[in-house]
Amino acid sequence: MFLPVTLQLLEGFWESLKIFGLTLAFALPLGLLISFGSMSRFAPLKWLLRGIIWVIRGTPLMLQLMVIFYGPGLLFGLPAMPRFTATIVAFSINYACYFSEIYRGGIESISKGQYEAGQVLGMTKPQIFFKVVLLQVVKRIMAPMSNEIITLVKDTSLARVISVYEIIWAGESFIKKGMLWPLFYTGAFYLVFSGILTVLFAKAEKKLSYFRS
Amino acid sequence: MTVLEVKNIKKDFGKTKVLKDVSFSLEEGQVLAIIGSSGSGKTTLLRCLNFLEKPDSGEIIVRGKHLLTEGCTEEQIRENRLHFGLVFQNFNLFPQYTALKNVTLAPTLLKKGTPQQLETQGKQLLTQVGLQDKMDSYPYQLSGGQQQRVAIARALALQPEILCFDEPTSALDPELTGEVLRVIRNLKTGGNTMIVVTHEMEFAKSVADVVIYMTDGVIEEIGTPEQVFDNPQSEKTRAFLRGVQEGF
Repeated sequence: MFLPVTLQLLEGFWESLKIFGLTLAFALPLGLLISFGSMSRFAPLKWLLRGIIWVIRGTPLMLQLMVIFYGPGLLFGLPAMPRFTATIVAFSINYACYFSEIYRGGIESISKGQYEAGQVLGMTKPQIFFKVVLLQVVKRIMAPMSNEIITLVKDTSLARVISVYEIIWAGESFIKKGMLWPLFYTGAFYLVFSGILTVLFAKAEKKLSYFRS
Repeated sequence: MTVLEVKNIKKDFGKTKVLKDVSFSLEEGQVLAIIGSSGSGKTTLLRCLNFLEKPDSGEIIVRGKHLLTEGCTEEQIRENRLHFGLVFQNFNLFPQYTALKNVTLAPTLLKKGTPQQLETQGKQLLTQVGLQDKMDSYPYQLSGGQQQRVAIARALALQPEILCFDEPTSALDPELTGEVLRVIRNLKTGGNTMIVVTHEMEFAKSVADVVIYMTDGVIEEIGTPEQVFDNPQSEKTRAFLRGVQEGF
């Protein structure tokens, strides 16, 4: 029984990984845009984004999933998005907000002197950001980002509430056949994957240890 | 030949008048030392010259070219800045780059030459400041004095017409100030025009051609080192110099 169960769970976990990968692909850059906006000198944009961040961080992701999936239909009579799409939208917005706050903390922790040094050397603002500041920010946010990304691995299971097939669903489906252990067994998949991520983050941190700031 | 003319620079921070009508000029190859207690406006003056602060009014003229015009675009401000170099009190080296890369980064981004040319130039500059053995070191591996010398080489790499120093030895241990001051002294021999904000009176006395004593946002006294240090006209200058001699 072990091998077929493993294969079926792997299939479910592949769906979980898709949610994980796509969320990262959208939320990492979107978070950067939101963090720039939330530091903007244009007050309306800044407060709008800080308000959105407050709402997104202040309510459960599970609820946000349901709002994004059912909301458009209930409120405006629009056709619902495919479940998987709704999941990626909800996850991306949610994680982008968390990432944006981590980015903001990192960017604001870089001393003014670094920007000024770039300025007096005639660099443009984008050059200062990408050539001087960015790598220092990356180094500083490594630990909180790895934390958040490992949380995302496990949060993918929330997609279950709007009936998106993923590994928990795959595990549960065995209950009908009188088997409970496959559901518990799903934990091993999360564990192994977050273990791999932990090793990768440790490597990346080591790689950035060649300088101090 | 007059390299720099500063006319009637004024700068307020809110209600505090930091610079009240500052004017002076500087000849090619001259070294100007600015002395004065903290809060006298000397650092702000230097920051205005480097366009890190925008003066409320006044003129900055480099070789006859007016730099402070209303409605400067970002592009123009960047161009204006390149007339000046600035060495900071706390170095502000880029921690993720080696000493050599710190020196070559800006000229590379500004396309001032081929990578080979710029690398050769960078090595020459680091050799000039006595760091030929430290080209591949990262800032954290260098002492404060060495970091400041890298910062000087970095500023020189863009060949500024006027090189400014904002208290270049204030963040250093006393035994490390000598190596930095020696480098600045050598630059004078090389004919560089420089403005040095400093607390090192002996250094100001021996290197500067012109000394400015600033207090409360105005130039209280300006003259040769002999005039300012040995025969100050203003009572405020005398009081300041007495205080310095007594070690504050």
